[in-house]
Amino acid sequence: MSASLFFLIPLLPLLGFLINGLGFPHIPKSLAGILGTLAAVGSFLLSLMAFNTFVSEGSQPMILPLFDWITVGNLNIPFAFQVDQLSLLMLLIITGVGSLIHIYSMGYMHDDAGFGKFFAYLNLFLFFMLLLVLGSNYVIMFIGWEGVGLCSYLLIGFWNKNNSYNDAARKAFIMNRVGDLGFLLGIFTIITTFGSVEYLEVFSQAAGFQVGDPIMVTITLLLFVGAMGKSAQIPLYTWLPDAMAGPTPVSALIHAATMVTAGIYMVIRSNVLYTLAPGTLEIVGIIGAATAVFAASIGLLQNDIKKVLAYSTVSQLGYMFMGLGAMAYSASMFHVITHAFFKALLFLGAGSVIHAMSNEQDLRAMGGLRKKLPITFLTFLIATIAISGIPPFAGFFSKDEILAHVFEHNKILWVLGVLGSLMTSFYMFRLLFLTFFGEFRGSQAQADHLHESPASMTVPLIILAVLSAVGGFIGVPEALHGSHQLAAFMDPLFDTSRQVNPAAFLPTALSHSEEYLLMAVSVAAAVIAAVMAYVMYISKNNVPASDRVEKSGIQKLIYNKYYIDELYDTVFVTPTKTLSNLLYNFGEFLIDLVVNGAVKLIRFGSGLLKKTQTGSVGDYVFAMVLGIVALLFWKLLL
Amino acid sequence: MLTLILILLPLAAGIITLLSGAQLAKKIALVSGLAILATAVYAWLQFDPAAGTQFSYQYNWLSNGSILFSGGMDGISLVLVLLTTFLTPLIILSAFKHDYKNSPTFYALILFMESALVGVFTATDAFLFYLFFEAALIPVYFLAAVWGGEHRLKVTLKFFIYTIFGSLFMLVALVYLYFQTPGAHSSQISALYALELSAQAQGLIFWAFFIAFAIKMPLFPFHTWQPDTYTESPTPATMLLSGIMLKMGVYGLIRLLLPIVPDGLAQWGMVAMILSVIGIIYGSIIAIQQSDMKRLIAYSSFAHVGLMAAGVFSVSTNGLQGALIQMLAHGINVVGLFFIIDIIYQRTKTRYLDQLGGISQVSPQLSILFMILLLGSVALPLTNGFVGEFLLLSSVFHYDNWLGAVAGLTIILGSVYMLRLFQKSMFGPISKWVEGFQDLTLSEKAVLLPLVVMVFWIGIYPNTFLKITEPAVHQLLTLVK
Repeated sequence: MSASLFFLIPLLPLLGFLINGLGFPHIPKSLAGILGTLAAVGSFLLSLMAFNTFVSEGSQPMILPLFDWITVGNLNIPFAFQVDQLSLLMLLIITGVGSLIHIYSMGYMHDDAGFGKFFAYLNLFLFFMLLLVLGSNYVIMFIGWEGVGLCSYLLIGFWNKNNSYNDAARKAFIMNRVGDLGFLLGIFTIITTFGSVEYLEVFSQAAGFQVGDPIMVTITLLLFVGAMGKSAQIPLYTWLPDAMAGPTPVSALIHAATMVTAGIYMVIRSNVLYTLAPGTLEIVGIIGAATAVFAASIGLLQNDIKKVLAYSTVSQLGYMFMGLGAMAYSASMFHVITHAFFKALLFLGAGSVIHAMSNEQDLRAMGGLRKKLPITFLTFLIATIAISGIPPFAGFFSKDEILAHVFEHNKILWVLGVLGSLMTSFYMFRLLFLTFFGEFRGSQAQADHLHESPASMTVPLIILAVLSAVGGFIGVPEALHGSHQLAAFMDPLFDTSRQVNPAAFLPTALSHSEEYLLMAVSVAAAVIAAVMAYVMYISKNNVPASDRVEKSGIQKLIYNKYYIDELYDTVFVTPTKTLSNLLYNFGEFLIDLVVNGAVKLIRFGSGLLKKTQTGSVGDYVFAMVLGIVALLFWKLLL
Repeated sequence: MLTLILILLPLAAGIITLLSGAQLAKKIALVSGLAILATAVYAWLQFDPAAGTQFSYQYNWLSNGSILFSGGMDGISLVLVLLTTFLTPLIILSAFKHDYKNSPTFYALILFMESALVGVFTATDAFLFYLFFEAALIPVYFLAAVWGGEHRLKVTLKFFIYTIFGSLFMLVALVYLYFQTPGAHSSQISALYALELSAQAQGLIFWAFFIAFAIKMPLFPFHTWQPDTYTESPTPATMLLSGIMLKMGVYGLIRLLLPIVPDGLAQWGMVAMILSVIGIIYGSIIAIQQSDMKRLIAYSSFAHVGLMAAGVFSVSTNGLQGALIQMLAHGINVVGLFFIIDIIYQRTKTRYLDQLGGISQVSPQLSILFMILLLGSVALPLTNGFVGEFLLLSSVFHYDNWLGAVAGLTIILGSVYMLRLFQKSMFGPISKWVEGFQDLTLSEKAVLLPLVVMVFWIGIYPNTFLKITEPAVHQLLTLVK
């Protein structure tokens, strides 16, 4: 496959964006949807071709240069792409899941006045996301990194008549920028240390550093701050639940399957640097584990179908970072892939439900939908089993691989991981039961309107359901007599890391029976939680209490998301506003006073000088200055 | 010679405009603005970055040839001349829909201003530089004082006193330097570069220059004239002030302060750097709560210029190249933003965010162009603001990690106040002030589209401009070190 064909992969969505963006609202809906979708599908087909070429030509990484972007002194930042195992895998996820979501959106957004604009934004998102994973250096990654942030902003606030949606969009952008500052400072440190931002150059130089070198710890920590923002980890996660204000396909594509995994991509891309900084990895692992459990616990009591899924995403991203912390890079990538399948499916399924329920998102108003929405129900069920980690569905393999590595690395984190699994299974089955089982609890109008979604929406659901069911087989561990094709494929990515820190890449010390035991524990946890949910929501037919009922103690704390938003408001937002007012109303006045005072003082001083010292140097200079000014003007006017 | 033509053309055009009738004046002004731009572009095409100062002119002026009327362009001068000549016709066009009284004078003043600005950016004699530096003040002073808002007299007086006060420091320093030159004395800037001054003298001259240029930009704490002046001036004057005139200050730092007093910089550079960084944060924080859109952009401009100065004080290739590219980007963005605010004000008669809302629903074109300029201003990659901010922040970070991190807060704070500005004006329910809002007219698009093209050009292919300035910056840094 030629390089120019390869450049079409990001270019097609960009073209789609330009056509639909400039043509809106003159391009008819039918055409706009098809154009946008074709851009995504075309990009997917080209990605498949690229993948095949890559494998058939011996899996050699390639650099495809376009032009020199920024050249200053000795620093050159080329606009170039790097094609290797990692970028190709990401490419397939982004364009593959992306295509399905484009198709789905043709049905879901059909009645929206901003239909063409929506597709333009989706295409633009694909473009930036592709840049993010294709760039051959950190600054191109940063283009994508900030670009997807912009699209996320535009799409969260897509219905911008509503100011609470706009606030959510703004919060997402600003909180991501907090992370981006860390990322940027990380890039600056990379420039100072290596004099380059190109991956190949940076990593080959990094190989000369010692494990634990402080500069590596600094760089990786700063980059990780960026990951915390983009991938919604503690403490920068609160934007993601609010981001659910956007249309549901957006939540599926951006806030579940692709953009939020950029942080994981970045760490895997920088695996050499992270392997050299075990201190950072400890922090990554701890933050991941804490986020996994914390977010899952909030998910237990949420009643908005999308909010449950949002906290679930935060929590699952936590698992991926937990894996990275244990240097299980390919296992985390495995979870990125399976998660993209089942979480996109869950969101699209939720969208189908919301669509059928006339925009109702409250679980308490649903119930019994499985009869009216059979396809949605069945696919949602598969996704639920997959995310809960029940074999042989996709989530089981990837999550288990992470947990096995974490177990070897740190037993406490493993316990947290299993605890998170238990909660995941509970909140997911709770969601499933409340939505699809029992009696319908909505209004009569909603009941009359209930219908299964059109084919444009159910076909993507079915495809994703198949992937969620069998996707795990790309990484069947040796203990289960598999060959783990994914790990084998990704292996060359970690050559340098292996070289700088061989101890970290020794084959697992766990025996097969130990591995079976670990699997049994986490599967048991998932099943027990599912049964608990069954007892509570099916046998006892419980429905979460209305918001009017006062909650007590820990329930209230969790239901209100531990009051973290309120905490941030009190600690950051309000003081900044107060400071702003203070500086404007008093600071400016004070500075004026001081500067004017200084001027008066100088004048006063010079006055004294003149009086006490007749014929002083000051007088001469002053007279001279005046003379020169006069002379200048006089000469000029002649 | 081309340089002199670029100074004389706007002067001549200004005089013709002044003498013509009210109907014809603005057309003459626009056409001559475009002709001057074409001349500048021609100079750019002829320009060889590696060949040092070009298109020079030189005449005896004062003191038997020791003070020369001389100028020319190296890469640094050229990009600023390009910026000036690019923005001036757009500023002229942006004023068309206003019914300014005495309009021939109004447009003539803009052209006189252009002449003086080109003079500043190309002077190779220190006294000539000073002359143009002062001369540029006069047209904009009148623009603000005659056509400004309600409090114009009080505000412009403050502005005038401030800048004159600063300039006097520079003049004293220049006179001193002139008398230090050997033999029959010379005020050529290159002769001043060759001076060997004592550390003490350098320290004093450092502050004299610093105060003069810091007031012009302005830098913290010399900025209190700026928000009032920007807010009260008629928008074309605000554009001239923020888009081009403040660059005189940054240019002065680069052209005079850095190479003439490198030891002064070594002594006091850290203080200047800290003041610049304080300005970035201080301006950004104040911008967060502003309700008047014009004042909000004024504070944001103040914050941005702080970062440029910080880059210059880092005395590095990244810092200087960043400052230069950021001067272009900032000029383009700030002129665009002020124009958009002017359009909104024209239509709604209000600049207050609390009274606006929902404009994007009635005026999608305006909101898209606004968004693009705003993204440039918050330095989103692939827009013009990113290249400058990236280079500048990296230079400050390299100078001192902590200062770099603090200065970096600008990317967070910038998005806070800019997105608030956008949301409150463009999104949400349509406010009663916005009802009946018309989308962009043809002449408005003619102003905004070239700006937006430049946002992407500089963002996507900054090397066009970085390559022009690279040799000049390199040469300058060799002088300093």
